[in-house]
Amino acid sequence: MKKIEAIIRKTKFDEVKEALNEVGIDFFSYWDVRGIGQARQERVYRGVVYDTSSIERTKLSIIVRDKNVDKTVKAILDTARTGEIGDGKIFVVDIQQSYRIRTGESGDEALFIKGLEE
Amino acid sequence: MEQTLNITDIASAVHSNATSLDTVWVLIAATLVMFMQPGFAMVEAGFTRSKNTANILMKNLMDFSVGSLAFWLVGFSLMFGSDIGSFIGKPNLFFTADYGNSIPDMAILFFQTVFAATAATIVSGAVAERTKFSTYLIFSVVITLFIYPVSGHWVWGGGWLSELGFHDFAGSTVVHSVGAWLGLVGAIMVGPRIGKYNGKSKAIPGHNLTFGALGVFILWFGWFGFNPGSQLAAAGSDNTHAISLIFITTNLAAAAGSLASMLVSWGRYKFPSLSLTLNGALAGLVAITAGCDTVTPGGAVIIGAVAGVILVFGVEFIDQKLRIDDPVGAVSVHGLGGAAGTLMVGLFSTNGGLFYGGGAHLLGVQALGVLAVMAWAMGTGFILFKILKSTIGLRVSRRIEEEGLDIYEHGESAYN
Repeated sequence: MKKIEAIIRKTKFDEVKEALNEVGIDFFSYWDVRGIGQARQERVYRGVVYDTSSIERTKLSIIVRDKNVDKTVKAILDTARTGEIGDGKIFVVDIQQSYRIRTGESGDEALFIKGLEE
Repeated sequence: MEQTLNITDIASAVHSNATSLDTVWVLIAATLVMFMQPGFAMVEAGFTRSKNTANILMKNLMDFSVGSLAFWLVGFSLMFGSDIGSFIGKPNLFFTADYGNSIPDMAILFFQTVFAATAATIVSGAVAERTKFSTYLIFSVVITLFIYPVSGHWVWGGGWLSELGFHDFAGSTVVHSVGAWLGLVGAIMVGPRIGKYNGKSKAIPGHNLTFGALGVFILWFGWFGFNPGSQLAAAGSDNTHAISLIFITTNLAAAAGSLASMLVSWGRYKFPSLSLTLNGALAGLVAITAGCDTVTPGGAVIIGAVAGVILVFGVEFIDQKLRIDDPVGAVSVHGLGGAAGTLMVGLFSTNGGLFYGGGAHLLGVQALGVLAVMAWAMGTGFILFKILKSTIGLRVSRRIEEEGLDIYEHGESAYN
């Protein structure tokens, strides 16, 4: 099992979600984050120029079985890219164990619905 | 039964109706001015940070409440009581004297109360986000109890400035400048917000310009009571024409002010700035307040536009050159706008203005009045703040200011 953490542009979220659905990835969490990075956003407030330096992005956390890692990463890479600085990052992290709270199942079975297998 | 109507009866009924019309107009106008209180509250809340919102709303709520009480208690009498030395009115507690108005004294009391409260509430914006609540309460009481009534007496209560012919129809100087100069002294003596001036001036954006815009629109709306209401009469063709002109001069000045500020900010900062344009509309309104009854619509446009231009440069100058932290631009809007508008009466008044063949006399009197009231407000403000500083203190502690005044001064958050 692997966790795929992706930091993407807020405007790309819907496209990425669609792409993930198309390759069979239907479960993940996401939230709004702010970050520091190279993308610069100059603003002027009442005559004072300032740099927000605080870049708004959306972070997704997707836990998948090892066999699905590549197609998940590819789906995100293809749809979240714009070519401009600030497109984001994807991290792949090892997951030690997972459980479904409702039934107590653990391991790979906790990650998918039997019968809707792909 | 026979009923005979003679001329005296008819004349008396007509006169009574006229007085009723005047009274109703004054009360409606005063109610519109009262509605400027939520206008100020929304502007100040919108232009400051969310961690301080409950605090700024409390200050706005209470300066109206304690102001109403203080003005009724004795403030009104110091402003409109029988004249003592052209300086002050005869004090009278609990509004028991007879002030000899043609419409009921109580109506005049309400009308003048909402004007006094307007002056008081201007201060809260200039000292926002770092001033102790208890200090601010005391300050509001003293303003409406004493500072505002005395300078108000000079102009509207029969005092020395009115004797010289100083013209401030609805209060550019009496109301707005007084509030602004008190706010200026406050902003200087309280000091800037933490982190505002670390080398360069740092931008501390308001948390909700939606509230700011709502507030400005409400103020613009309320000004249609502030200016035309100051005619204090509605019956008869002279009055209806006067009021109608005032509606137009008021609206045009606001429009010109916002347009001018927008263009200046566009040219100077590359963007038409919402916050500065909002301030510009107010600057135009403050400026026209002095002469809304004696200038032409064209004059009103110029007055508003000039105020709008001054506003943008004023905000920049006060913030970046003088390094005085005024989170909402109150000093620029109400002080510079008020002074400019009062002076421009000396130019544009159709009744004695320089551009209408009146020479420089009115202009000179206007300048004298602007400076005299400024000196009074800043002097008394300085003394008052000094006393408060050495007794209960002006400012909250560093930790409170950093974490937000809502929790520590009020035990409540505006946002949960």
